[in-house]
Amino acid sequence: MGFEQVFDYEDGKRDWGSFGLPREGTMAEKPSAGDVARRDVPTCELDGDLGEVRKRVRDAGWDTCFVVTYHGVVLGRIGRRALAGEDASTIEEAMSEGPSTVRPSIGINALLKRMDDRKLNTFPVTTPDGKLVGLVLREDAERTLSG
Amino acid sequence: MPRGIGHEEVQRLAREGAQVVEVLPPAEYAEEHLPGAINIPLKELNRETARVLKLDQPVVVYCHDYQ
Repeated sequence: MGFEQVFDYEDGKRDWGSFGLPREGTMAEKPSAGDVARRDVPTCELDGDLGEVRKRVRDAGWDTCFVVTYHGVVLGRIGRRALAGEDASTIEEAMSEGPSTVRPSIGINALLKRMDDRKLNTFPVTTPDGKLVGLVLREDAERTLSG
Repeated sequence: MPRGIGHEEVQRLAREGAQVVEVLPPAEYAEEHLPGAINIPLKELNRETARVLKLDQPVVVYCHDYQ
């Protein structure tokens, strides 16, 4: 047709939404996990100091921390018990590997159902390449639905 | 032949003025599309409908996924 440069975004809008990128349209106005995820959830790296991490997380008012790579890819999660206890001496010992995650584009209703099915009150949100977006708290998701 | 690109390059091209075109049917476009994208359904894509696009500016086309 005479165009000088034509590009094909092969992965399309499913991929776009899964990265939590802005969208337009009637469905785009419905809140998704990426909209309610708390972005300030604490993170640490695998070679960090567990004692320092415990203090930093507590001081910030959180009871969980995600272990991420330099590029923000989730390796694991240190939960409440591991943060409160003194059993582990390293971050690797304290963390649970490979937590279940959802993409930012999943709708709030679907996410709450997943939380119910798995009896969870929080759910981490990551991009398709595993980078942490944030953590959805059940109370935030329910408040968004009721509001 | 169009060159395949990822979302980061789409963002860059869009910032630089590329024309982003969703080729899905209008109902799907109305529900959700990339910011600033226009809709030319694949079944209607021809020289006539493509006239809304500028020949000298990059064009990015997309549908739902790789299919």
